Amino acid sequence: MKKLLLGNAAVARGAYEAGVNVVSSYPGTPSTEITEEIAKYDEIYAEWAPNEKVAAEVAIGASIAGGRAMSCCKHVGLNVMADPVFTVSYIGVNGGLVFCVADDPGMHSSQNEQDSRHYARASKVMMLEPADSAECKEYTKQAFALSETYDTPVFIRLSTRVSHSQSLVELCERETVAVKDYQKDIAKNVMMPGNAIKKHVIVEQREKDLRAFAETTAFNTVEDNGAKVGVITAGIAYLYAKEALGEKANFLKLGMVYPLPETLIKDFAAKCDKVYVIEELDPVLEDYCKSIGVEVIGKEKFSLLGEYTPAMIAKAVLDEDAPACAEINEAIPARPPVMCPGCPHRGTFYVLKKLGLTVSGDIGCYTLGAVAPLASVDTTICMGASVSAALGMAKVKGSDFNKKLVSVIGDSTFIHSGITGLIDIVYNKGANTVIILDNSITGMTGHQDNPTTGKTIKGEATKQVDLIKLAEAVGIEHITVADPFDVKNFEQVVKTEVEREEPSVIIAQRPCALLKGVKYEGKCRISEECRKCKLCMKLGCPAISLKGDTVEIDTTQCNGCGLCMNVCPFKAIKKEVN
Amino acid sequence: MTDTKKIMIVGVGGQGTLLASRILGNTVIHEGYDVKLSEVHGMSQRGGSVVTYVKYGQKVYSPIIGKGEADIILAFELLEAYRALPYLKEGGKIIVNTQQINPMPVIIGAAEYPQDIADKIKNKANLIAVDALSLAKQAGNIKAVNVVLIGMLAKSSEIAKDSWIETLRTTVPAKFLDVNLKAFELGYNH
Repeated sequence: MKKLLLGNAAVARGAYEAGVNVVSSYPGTPSTEITEEIAKYDEIYAEWAPNEKVAAEVAIGASIAGGRAMSCCKHVGLNVMADPVFTVSYIGVNGGLVFCVADDPGMHSSQNEQDSRHYARASKVMMLEPADSAECKEYTKQAFALSETYDTPVFIRLSTRVSHSQSLVELCERETVAVKDYQKDIAKNVMMPGNAIKKHVIVEQREKDLRAFAETTAFNTVEDNGAKVGVITAGIAYLYAKEALGEKANFLKLGMVYPLPETLIKDFAAKCDKVYVIEELDPVLEDYCKSIGVEVIGKEKFSLLGEYTPAMIAKAVLDEDAPACAEINEAIPARPPVMCPGCPHRGTFYVLKKLGLTVSGDIGCYTLGAVAPLASVDTTICMGASVSAALGMAKVKGSDFNKKLVSVIGDSTFIHSGITGLIDIVYNKGANTVIILDNSITGMTGHQDNPTTGKTIKGEATKQVDLIKLAEAVGIEHITVADPFDVKNFEQVVKTEVEREEPSVIIAQRPCALLKGVKYEGKCRISEECRKCKLCMKLGCPAISLKGDTVEIDTTQCNGCGLCMNVCPFKAIKKEVN
Repeated sequence: MTDTKKIMIVGVGGQGTLLASRILGNTVIHEGYDVKLSEVHGMSQRGGSVVTYVKYGQKVYSPIIGKGEADIILAFELLEAYRALPYLKEGGKIIVNTQQINPMPVIIGAAEYPQDIADKIKNKANLIAVDALSLAKQAGNIKAVNVVLIGMLAKSSEIAKDSWIETLRTTVPAKFLDVNLKAFELGYNH
């Protein structure tokens, strides 16, 4: 049976068919749906871990114990996951072990544009790169067996366009793979110097074996169209190149992007007059070709930035222009993402902006607190950095600066890696104020449960991490729970807490407006009592806008949260309940 | 059909463009075509511009559509229709929901919502304008805007009406089926 599947769902299907036993991940766009899809299969143990490092370690443990295991993340998640990955490369596997990483060229939903292929080389782990959903399923499925054959973890590398495109996939039955025996093996599984020195020798031999495998594997295919131009490419870039060039080029499509096949590349290039390397992001394939003495055209013709298109490739290789199209001769306003109507974070940022505080920000929907008109976030670096970076700021600038400084971090992000920063603040005598934006869910990635929600990925009830007790346990003595929509009280709480000479935590508690069960009665409406002070416009609510001189609320967008009613000094905004 | 058909669906995050593209995708596979869809997830879904590409034919390679290539653009919002216009091929058709949703730069007064967009598009392309919001209300739920527009797309496509309805039956939750079928008809007969 053929089915239309998202690349991510196809990866999940491949793992399912390969008989995977355990999948542990932390959500991150564009990788999230892989694990969500996995959770739908009753035969697989699936979980959301608190962060990517924990997730990878759960998968590694499952592999050592004899099961097939996988962990999935976005490109920056791989940074968090890197520590165990580099060492399990030495340990190898018992049950097949796959790490699936999704890059985000064009940064649709990310803070940088790093190229994960560098990790494959750095950690000496083989890497496969599918181009469409059919390949996503097939490559993932095969990865588990390869992992066991070569005693190595295997990377699957995706990119946003592969993860979030749907194409046809042939579904097969799940293979029955018995969980292997576990036997204590100190030399293999205990990576202390005496053992690791010996394992490194084995890893280098494995690299050689995998290079030999790369020469003959069906993952790497040559398409000889008798053309003079050759293209070496991989993943989604192959599909762009194929669409742009058709039979006007020969293709070497590398389904295995680490290690690379020296002889195959040399032989392919020898038959072409001119060879292009077409790859998004960094010149990984290009640098390899040049290192083995193969002359190629790469980044001098193609960008290091963003996503490619077939038109871009047709222009660079064939000098063909894109088809004629309508031109627009006026400025079209951008439509950047915004916090949703009813978003609980809006109240928080309204207050922080009003108080003119420096806001050390983090990763999540609330990063949008940096966008006008709220524009209150000062920094966004990586998961958890809001807490630790604020300590650094306070240490260099002193107490007065600290009294105008807060960290904001979501509940899931706090558990991910904010808690360690908070421990640092307590331990090293900081006096920071950390606001945990507790919206009862992992919002940005589309509503995943996490340790603070009391539910597992499969929706089962579980113990819920109590943020108050957690903060108390690490030594925070001033903890306040406040509703960010009660703006007066929230403002007072923030003012009080930043003034302290001791560290404090504010838990800004209100559920995400998109959660099922969050329903506000009626819609807000501007009444005749409006004095046009436009204070409500400072909320940056997409439902409130100015028509000429009057403020209007678009009832198709308003979700009735009532935050604007709370900020209106003249009580001119009314609730209309039908 | 020998050429690949290219349809672009544009709108504002939260309008239900994803469901529309999935209904389209699942309808064309039943017709036996190869099909690829490219979606946007993550941050842009938070009220930003969203673009979905749907391509089908004998063999589809890339999942994206370039400027001057789209056979049909299905736009859920006026400004997004205007933004997407350069992607329409010469002689292509653009179906536009005339609803206006102000983007944040307009709301805060940093930019202006362009005037008379429908007329401007009409001067350059084959425009079909519709007040899908009113039709959705008429069908019984303002959230059915996407299915009204799917109905309009169905009318412009070479695929049998029954195939679309069959997909709707399998994609839409049972309790919303009646509203959606009504919305589809209103769009189809517009």
